[in-house]
Amino acid sequence: MSEHYLLRHRSVPHIDRLDVYRSQGGFEAFHKAVTSLKPGEVIEEIKKSGLRGRGGAGFPTGTKWGFLPNTLWPHYVVANADESEPGTFKDHEILESNPFQFLEGLMIAAYAVQAQRAYIYLRGEFWQLAQALDQRIAQLEADGLLGEDIFGTDYSLRLFTHLGAGAYICGEETALLESLEGKLGQPRLRPPFPATAGLYNSPTVINNVETLTNVPLIIGRGADWFRSFGTDKSPGLKIFSLSGCVNRPGNYELPLGCTFRELIYDHGGGIVQDHAIKAIMAAGASSVLIAATPEALETPMDYETTLEKFGAPLGSASIIVLDETVNMAWLAFKTIGFFKHESCGKCTPCREGTFWMNQIATRIMRGKATRADIHLLENVAQQIQGKCLCALGEFSIMAVLSSLKLFAKDFEQLIKVEHDG
Amino acid sequence: MKKLAELYEDEIQVILAKYPDEQKRSAVMPLLYLAQRASGRISQEAMQEIAEILDIAITDVASIVGFYSLFHEEPGGRYRIQVCTDLPCALRGADAFLRQLCDLLGVEVGETTADGLFTIEEVKCLAACHRAPVFQVQNGDGLEYHENQTIDTARLVIDELRLRAQKPPGGAA
Ligand SMILES: Cc1cc2nc3c(=O)[nH]c(=O)nc-3n(C[C@H](O)[C@H](O)[C@H](O)COP(=O)(O)O)c2cc1C
Ligand code: SF4
Ligand code: FES
Repeated sequence: MSEHYLLRHRSVPHIDRLDVYRSQGGFEAFHKAVTSLKPGEVIEEIKKSGLRGRGGAGFPTGTKWGFLPNTLWPHYVVANADESEPGTFKDHEILESNPFQFLEGLMIAAYAVQAQRAYIYLRGEFWQLAQALDQRIAQLEADGLLGEDIFGTDYSLRLFTHLGAGAYICGEETALLESLEGKLGQPRLRPPFPATAGLYNSPTVINNVETLTNVPLIIGRGADWFRSFGTDKSPGLKIFSLSGCVNRPGNYELPLGCTFRELIYDHGGGIVQDHAIKAIMAAGASSVLIAATPEALETPMDYETTLEKFGAPLGSASIIVLDETVNMAWLAFKTIGFFKHESCGKCTPCREGTFWMNQIATRIMRGKATRADIHLLENVAQQIQGKCLCALGEFSIMAVLSSLKLFAKDFEQLIKVEHDG
Repeated sequence: MKKLAELYEDEIQVILAKYPDEQKRSAVMPLLYLAQRASGRISQEAMQEIAEILDIAITDVASIVGFYSLFHEEPGGRYRIQVCTDLPCALRGADAFLRQLCDLLGVEVGETTADGLFTIEEVKCLAACHRAPVFQVQNGDGLEYHENQTIDTARLVIDELRLRAQKPPGGAA
């Protein structure tokens, strides 16, 4: 098996134990940063690496860290471990099996922006993972890697876990901050951005678990090493969560820019029962559907190409594979049901729109809809477009509009026969 | 009914210490988990007490309870069996699995078994889609995952929970 760097436990057994992690060079990058690099030098190295956020938006991580003003204190770092996008299960594996590398990345990020407190916001379902992290944080404190005057410097840092309680919207960074402050998990209006007014109104960096897990590699091995993987604009390795109608669903650590075909066929073992592949979702339930033509399968998965070619952002790289047996009206019904359940209710187009889409889609699935209902569905979706406070509203119509466009026949099939009783 | 402050004095201090002194409100969710631990639901009295500890209105606490799906005001079974039927799991047989599980326990989704032990619920993605069918068991503030399930493995889990239920309450899941 090839060497794994993010899913390190696949190369080094028991890397979830602190002694094993340290025997493999663990926390040397943190030591190097705190004892021999200035905070600005850490940020420079991350900028040079070209690391982009793995939580969905692909924003350059070093640039984000550099936004925090040195005139406002304290600074905070928050790790986003809310992982709730249907089809996404990569952070889960990191937290479970390679937790110290994630923690080290979080600690380096905290040092880089001189935060003395950092929070890990986990979805409530990760209750057991949070318990395990609490124990590991205690171990790090006992080893002097966390606490006061780390490595004899004057830098101090403490980490805390915080459990959510079942709300997808809390993965959106400003809703997450509201939730962490003890309020309803509803997104904030921007500006101000978290970089200037985040947690407790203080400058705050929010990064995804996988993003942070890359950080010790970059500080330890250098930006050039990192850039030896992936493409020029999307450098590095990425964990692709592969699910749906494939023989070997799972997480695959591959360079950005590898193709759908490599992931689905070489690694995922192809389609179940040798069915024909029909469509691909690249970013979980929030995806635009991509018709799985032979040409589409050769498309490199990076932050530019899928967007340019299909209007389909790579997002968190959660690849859901749909085969010929899947009716895309049913698929739209499933994604609508998800977003209706998860709409936080703060703005009308999203709250009402997902409700109405759900009514219509349910009608379609029961065979009670007419052709006019299909137009109505499209119409409601278009009314949501561009009118929402946060991206969830937009996400809710991606599969709807693209399935209507690419697979209209699937909807037709479910239309009520005109003269039935 | 005993007050949280008596039952969990030390734990409350540990929770409050996680947040800056002037930001106590952040502790509302961890305190609600504490309130839910013993009985699997959150009472009005507990909300009132949390509001007092944090110096916020009880309506604020109640709206938090209402917003998040893992907090329960309504009583349910001792174990809430939460089956994921979201898109990726549905592509791998989750709906049929849910049906079998309902038949096994003799209840429909949302209902509780006559012995008060199990409530079956349908939930959204649990971030374990490659191991479908998957369900979690919520009990008090504890949660555990059961992945790659068949109706036979699920039956073993349920038998095991029945045994556990005979031990005195209060322990973790
Ligand atoms: C509705 C919604 C849900 C999101 N869920 C998550 C999530 O579960 N995990 C995550 O890391 N980012 C999620 N994001 C993205 C975050 O808002 C944010 O961009 C990210 O945490 C930043 O970290 P990164 O730069 O390291 O990617 C979500 C965004 C939206 C709009
Ligand atoms: S778009 Fe939807 S989820 Fe986002 S703030 Fe509005 S109602 Fe809430
Ligand atoms: S869809 Fe069921 S765990 Fe993700």
